[in-house]
Amino acid sequence: MSKAHVYPAPPVGPEDTPFFDAAREGRFLIKRCKDCGQYHWYPRPVCPHCFSSATEWVPSAGQGVVYSHSTMQRLDPPFTLAYVTLAEGPTMMTHLVDGGGQPWQIGQAVKVVFKASEDGTPVPCFAPA
Amino acid sequence: MPSRPTKACIVGAFEHPTRKAPDKSVAQLHAECAAGALADAGLDKSQVDGYFCSGDAPGMGPTSMIEYMNLKVRHTESTDLGGTSYISLVMHAADAIAAGRCNVALITLAGRPRSEGSSGTAARVRPGVPENAWEMPYGMGTVNGYGLVAQRHMHEFGTTLEQLAWIKVAASHHAQHNPHAMLRDVVTLEDVMNSPVISDPLRRLDCCVVSDGGGALVVARPEIARSLKRPVVKLIGGGETVRHGWAGAVDLTTTGTAISGPTAFAEAGVTPADIQYASIYDSFTITVLLQLEDLGFCKKGEGGRFVADGNLISGVGKLPFNTDGGGLCNNHPANRGGITKVIEAVRQLRGEAHPKVQVPNCTLALATGTGGNLGARHGSSTIILERE
Repeated sequence: MSKAHVYPAPPVGPEDTPFFDAAREGRFLIKRCKDCGQYHWYPRPVCPHCFSSATEWVPSAGQGVVYSHSTMQRLDPPFTLAYVTLAEGPTMMTHLVDGGGQPWQIGQAVKVVFKASEDGTPVPCFAPA
Repeated sequence: MPSRPTKACIVGAFEHPTRKAPDKSVAQLHAECAAGALADAGLDKSQVDGYFCSGDAPGMGPTSMIEYMNLKVRHTESTDLGGTSYISLVMHAADAIAAGRCNVALITLAGRPRSEGSSGTAARVRPGVPENAWEMPYGMGTVNGYGLVAQRHMHEFGTTLEQLAWIKVAASHHAQHNPHAMLRDVVTLEDVMNSPVISDPLRRLDCCVVSDGGGALVVARPEIARSLKRPVVKLIGGGETVRHGWAGAVDLTTTGTAISGPTAFAEAGVTPADIQYASIYDSFTITVLLQLEDLGFCKKGEGGRFVADGNLISGVGKLPFNTDGGGLCNNHPANRGGITKVIEAVRQLRGEAHPKVQVPNCTLALATGTGGNLGARHGSSTIILERE
C-alpha cells in the first residue's frame, strides 16, 4: 500500500481548458446551461439536454455521495473506480481515495480532492467528507 | 404468432473450433468462418451479394475483408456496437434483404485476443473521443466497469454473490457437453464465490473466457432458405439501441436491452413466456442477470431469484440459456460474443445442439447481447428466431 497510484494525464480538449485551469488552483467547476438551467456531466460546450451553446462553468463545492464503487484488488496498489452523485445532481466517474483502508459504502458522503497525474494535470477524485 | 411476412432466414452458421490460433491471422480466421458457414448453408461463395462485419475486422470497415475473401457484393455495412454487433447485423442483413439490396448476406467475426494477450481489460484510448478526459485517467477497463454495475444491483435489490454464481454454474453444466469449450469442468457455487476477487464484487469465475476464434452467419431471402436442405430459421423480430450516462443521470441497473428486447418482442408478436431457449450475452454473470430483467423474463430487481436453483440449466430450469457453455465457459472470440449467441440459437432451432442440452422441439428462441461496457455506454441488440 506504500506505492502511489499513477494517474495517466487526461487528454485535455480545447473546451476542457477552463476546468483544468481552475483545478490547478483547487477549484472544482461543473457545467450548467444558461438556457435550460440544467447541470450536466461530463462537461460539454453544447448542452446535452437542450442543444444550446450557452453553457457556462460554475463553481461547485464538490460534495456528493457514492453511487457505486469497485476496487481492482489484483493491482498493486489497488484502486477504487466509482461513480459519485454530486449535490447539484449529475453523477460522475471518479476514484475514491484517502479512505484509510476502510470499506467504501454506497451512499457515503464524499468531497472532491485533486490528484496530480503523470504530467501534473489534476484529476478530480473523491475522499470521505 | 407473427402476421407479417418473414424478411429473411438464417441459412448458415459456423463457429470456428479453435480457441487458440497463434499460427493464423485474423483475416484467415474470418475466411475460414465464412467458408464454414457457406458450407453449412449449402451455398457457394459466388452467391454472396452482401457482406457485414463490425469495427474489429481488419482494414477500413468491410473493405479489406471483402477483398481478402474476393467477394463481389452490391450491399455492405459495418456497424460497431461492440460484442453485440453481430446480433444487430443479423437484423440489418434481414432489413437489407427485405429492401431488395441483397439476397445472400454473409456476416463474419474473428479475433485472437488470447494469442495477442489482449483481454480487453486495459483501458483503450482513441484520440478525439469526447469522454476521454473524464474517464481515461480512472482506468475503467472491462471488469471494474461491470463491478460497478454488480455492486449497485446488489445494493438496490439485495442480489447476492450466490445468485450471480448460479449463472456460471448453469453455463458450466452446459459446457461439459461441448468438446470445443475452453472450460468443461462443472463448477459449484462455492467454486465461483471462492475464486479470486478481480474487481469487487466480481470474482474470476464471474468473468468470461478470453479466446481466439470466430464465427460466421449466412442470412438469405426466404425463398432461398426454403430451397436448401436445412431447417428454416426465420428472423421474426429485432431491436437495438445505445444506452449511456444520460448527461449525468447514471443508472447502472438497467441495460439497453430494456429497449431492444421489447422492440423485438413487439415486432415478433410473442412474449418472454413463449421463448423456449435464450442465448444471453454473458461477458460477466451480472450481464446475464440484467438482460433477463430487461427482457421481461422477471421484474427489475428479481433477476437474482430468477437465475437461482438451476433455472437456466437445460432440462432442469424454466429458461435454458447458452447451451454451448456461452462466453463464461465455451468461447468469446475477439472479446465479442454476439455471433456465438446467434449460432447456438440456430443450433437449438435446428435440433442440432448437443443431445444432453437440446431443448425438445425448440421452435422459438431469442439471442440478445450488449456491447461496450455496462459501466459506461453500451449497445444492446435482441433478435427473435422461429423455426418454420
